[in-house]
Amino acid sequence: MKVLGIDTSNTPLGLALADGNVVKGEWITNVKKDHSLRAMPAIESLFRQCGMAPKDLDLIVVAKGPGSYTGVRIGVTIAKTLAWSLGIPIAGVSSLEVLAANGRCFSGLIVPLFDARRGHIYTGLYHSDGSVLRQLEPDQLVVADEWARRLGERGEDVLFIGADVLLYHELFQRVLGGRAHMAPPSLALPRPSELVMLGKEKERRNAHTFVPDYLRLAEAEVKWLAKQKGERNDGDRCTISANDHS
Amino acid sequence: MNEDVYVLGIETSCDETAAAVVKNGRAILSNVVASQMESHRRFGGVVPEIASRHHVEQITLVIEEAMQQAKVSFSDLQAIAVTAGPGLVGALLVGVNAAKALAFAHGIPLVGVHHIAGHIYANQLVSEMKFPLLALVVSGGHTELVYMEEHVKFKVIGETRDDAAGEAYDKVARALGLPYPGGPHIDRLAQEGEPTIDLPRAWLEEGSYDFSFSGLKSAVLNTLHRAKQRGEEIDPKQMAASFQASVVEVLTTKTLQAAKQYRVRQVLLAGGVAANRGLRTALGERMRQELPGVELVIPPLSLCTDNAAMIAAAGTMLYWQGRRSDLALNADPSLPLA
Ligand SMILES: [Zn+2]
Repeated sequence: MKVLGIDTSNTPLGLALADGNVVKGEWITNVKKDHSLRAMPAIESLFRQCGMAPKDLDLIVVAKGPGSYTGVRIGVTIAKTLAWSLGIPIAGVSSLEVLAANGRCFSGLIVPLFDARRGHIYTGLYHSDGSVLRQLEPDQLVVADEWARRLGERGEDVLFIGADVLLYHELFQRVLGGRAHMAPPSLALPRPSELVMLGKEKERRNAHTFVPDYLRLAEAEVKWLAKQKGERNDGDRCTISANDHS
Repeated sequence: MNEDVYVLGIETSCDETAAAVVKNGRAILSNVVASQMESHRRFGGVVPEIASRHHVEQITLVIEEAMQQAKVSFSDLQAIAVTAGPGLVGALLVGVNAAKALAFAHGIPLVGVHHIAGHIYANQLVSEMKFPLLALVVSGGHTELVYMEEHVKFKVIGETRDDAAGEAYDKVARALGLPYPGGPHIDRLAQEGEPTIDLPRAWLEEGSYDFSFSGLKSAVLNTLHRAKQRGEEIDPKQMAASFQASVVEVLTTKTLQAAKQYRVRQVLLAGGVAANRGLRTALGERMRQELPGVELVIPPLSLCTDNAAMIAAAGTMLYWQGRRSDLALNADPSLPLA
């Protein structure tokens, strides 16, 4: 089975091609540049390097979010369109789960995270038996302080993974002390090969109905809903600009 | 041309997800538009993030529908044409990346199209373009006078310096308490009223073909505000008629001046505001009186508002001219028309 994996959900651009259980090629860059510009040329180049053609594919796996709204949409749009036009299914994997997979050899709690600005993070809680990841808490958008406190209450060792961990390093050290572990830089970026391998085990979906997991409503919707309820936004629900093009 | 050319067009620059198949740049085989207007109505305007989310949900469905209606498969297509700009960047990105994915997966040439070029080439779906020509493009996002000496050679001789005409319509409509989108409501009210309220016309410098509608918009808002303070009623019909009279007079006068100066053979009206009855009637009458030898072409409503058949039509002409985009094609929210 030949699989293409696409992750443009956050700053890193990740692609992988696999044939069965063999990863044929993997592409990762971690620069703040336009995914819309670079994703398709990178996909074309990876196919060429691996001596494969789009018509060989059996499955497309995509990182479905959370992350930058625009970034998630670019990857999902490419994945959906390729899958539909090639007549093959699509599988989605949480962008956080992909990151968590980097910690699969850690015996404590695994916490992947992406910064969501204004003190908020996208995160989740995972555990691994050394090979298979298990999700302990759903992916969520949460205030970093509150998340640190909840993790502290668990009294276990925690591995934090992600390029944005640096932003919250001090907070986690302060709350968790010696139980906080930071993944090294070589494990800080989501691996598209992990995306592909995780995706192979996920439910096959129809390309037409596949949508991103933004994990939050657009700002205009939050405001509109608040207005319908006749109350102001209580500030607990985080929103960002309706025009998020990061 | 001894071989028929089939082009798939994709358009997602604002709040319509659209795909179409056009044969030889002239014949519409399908023209599918999924409008999001209902989703945006509650916000009183297009919300970019929500528009982008809808595009992702609709994009493959709309393309499939367009190809099924046209009874074509990927191997029948000579090119894929997609709106690369201008427009809402997040919305454009969906169409551009879908088009690039299709072009790559099936080895089909890709052609990036300027949205305004699309509006102008909508005319080619109903009539033959005769050069030199002048196009007046008026929509929610644009007010432009474009001169064309020949195919795909565009020269913008006038554009708005602030609001687009359609934008001014929406804002005035809101002030009059009319539902979104306001353009058609003002047009309807204007037919019933008389232009009795004195409103300014922005002619700008002598000889300029540029437009400005923000002064007019402010004048309307101020008039309404002052009347309210004095406890007076202003009949929305009279205000709609007066506002429309100002917009239409400026648009038609500048169009006629330019048509005369550039000695064009044809005048095209394009863009969503081309559906406006006041504008259609006034332009038609003045053309008949002052430029009887010049043809006026106004496409039907379905081709005036945003659609992908117009993008496919423009894309076909670009394809014939040898224009190609590569997989690095990007959405450009302020793409120049050149
Ligand atoms: Zn338009």
